[in-house]
Amino acid sequence: MTRAGVRATARIVARADGRGATALPVLDGEGPLAPRRTRGESGEARVLLVGAMSGPLGGDRFTVEAEAEKGARLRVGSAAATIALPGQAKEEAHYDVLLRVADDGELHWLPEPLISVAGSDLRVRTRVELAAGARLVLREEQVLGRAGEEPGRLTSRLSVRIAGRAVLDQELACGPGAPGGWDGPAVLGGQRAAGQLIVVRPEFAAEPVRARMLGEGAAVLPLPGPAAAVTAVAPDGLRLRRVLDEALALLR
Amino acid sequence: MSRAALLVLADGRFPAGGHAHSGGAEAAVRAGRIDSAADLADFCRGRLHTAGLVAAAFAAAAALGADPVELDAAADARTPSPALRAAARKLGRQLMRAARATWPSDELDALARAFPKGAHQPVVLGLAARAAGLGGEDAAHCAAYESVSGPASATVRLLSLDPFDATGVLARLAPELDLVVDRAVAAARLALTEGTDALPAASAPLLEIGAEAHAARPMRLFAS
Repeated sequence: MTRAGVRATARIVARADGRGATALPVLDGEGPLAPRRTRGESGEARVLLVGAMSGPLGGDRFTVEAEAEKGARLRVGSAAATIALPGQAKEEAHYDVLLRVADDGELHWLPEPLISVAGSDLRVRTRVELAAGARLVLREEQVLGRAGEEPGRLTSRLSVRIAGRAVLDQELACGPGAPGGWDGPAVLGGQRAAGQLIVVRPEFAAEPVRARMLGEGAAVLPLPGPAAAVTAVAPDGLRLRRVLDEALALLR
Repeated sequence: MSRAALLVLADGRFPAGGHAHSGGAEAAVRAGRIDSAADLADFCRGRLHTAGLVAAAFAAAAALGADPVELDAAADARTPSPALRAAARKLGRQLMRAARATWPSDELDALARAFPKGAHQPVVLGLAARAAGLGGEDAAHCAAYESVSGPASATVRLLSLDPFDATGVLARLAPELDLVVDRAVAAARLALTEGTDALPAASAPLLEIGAEAHAARPMRLFAS
């Protein structure tokens, strides 16, 4: 099958319905990005991103935008891992994520891992724009290669702003062709999974999270704002998830 | 512009307190990730392309006249580890003291007033270069070189590594260092018109995690 780069956008808007529940006035997807509403806890809207095609492949450009309006509670997950694959086009693929949360809104963005397959080349750009009173739980996991395989090239930048102020801006570049030393003792040290958990809560302004280690490969890091990050590396995706789950339980 | 001013600023004996920091090398040695000159080379290469690139771009931007207060906030966002933020501010404060005594300048005075506990070291470094009549490329060279020279000299002490081997590591990284400086200066120029989002945000998870492990350790040779 030959296909030129696919362009696809999914949009999700969550709105408080005024009766204590959250409605989804916008729930659009196309091609490989299919958002589906599933059963959630009371008060929240839960959406599952279902991959209707494989990818992103080289040359593809995916965009996902999710917004929780004032007082809305939105939880987004994905049905399966996102798998970056090589394409027929030699170009890189792009995956852009834009998340917005208004005052008293809450977004849980908990997709399954991104797996960077040998020969792929993907640029991920995640932008999070939060109002001063917004809440966020965001998990991001990168697995370098399927089991026993070399990774592809992956560059992933994550930035978080609260009331216009940047509290986090980080880019991880790894895989063949990435700047030197990415697999060495300063960056990933031979580990094959890396991830971050970001928790933003207005209450952290009065009661900041304390820095602490979670085993050898992960640390809880209070950010310059009412937010905390957990940065973790692990030998594989399973062990990465275990430590991020442990961290999430701590920060709840 | 005086080239000799660059030598003064980049000199390891410039009294700015850098010798007390290992740039994450001590944590990596204790965790068993650096055990040889080859490991040190790998460590330095990774640090150069992450923390080194970011520091070089911030130093260049400050030297080129970008708003240092905005740069400082952007540097904070690129430093999730509170131990590394504290180290960067402490080093910034010490460099500020030395730079104001060496190259008195209104801009340095203003930054010192805005950040009594210290601004991020690369921002101070860039303004110090500016006060010394140096340019963005000079400031970036200083920052990029410091990002690897600190770990190299610390590792000589930590592992009793042969100083010739450590210097060889630095010499072999020189061509890559020049490339990092080119990228840093290009990003800094872009940031003058597009704002601090144009500056690189290259991160090194093990430097962040290692810095927290190091800060929690009661016995240590280097502050960071």
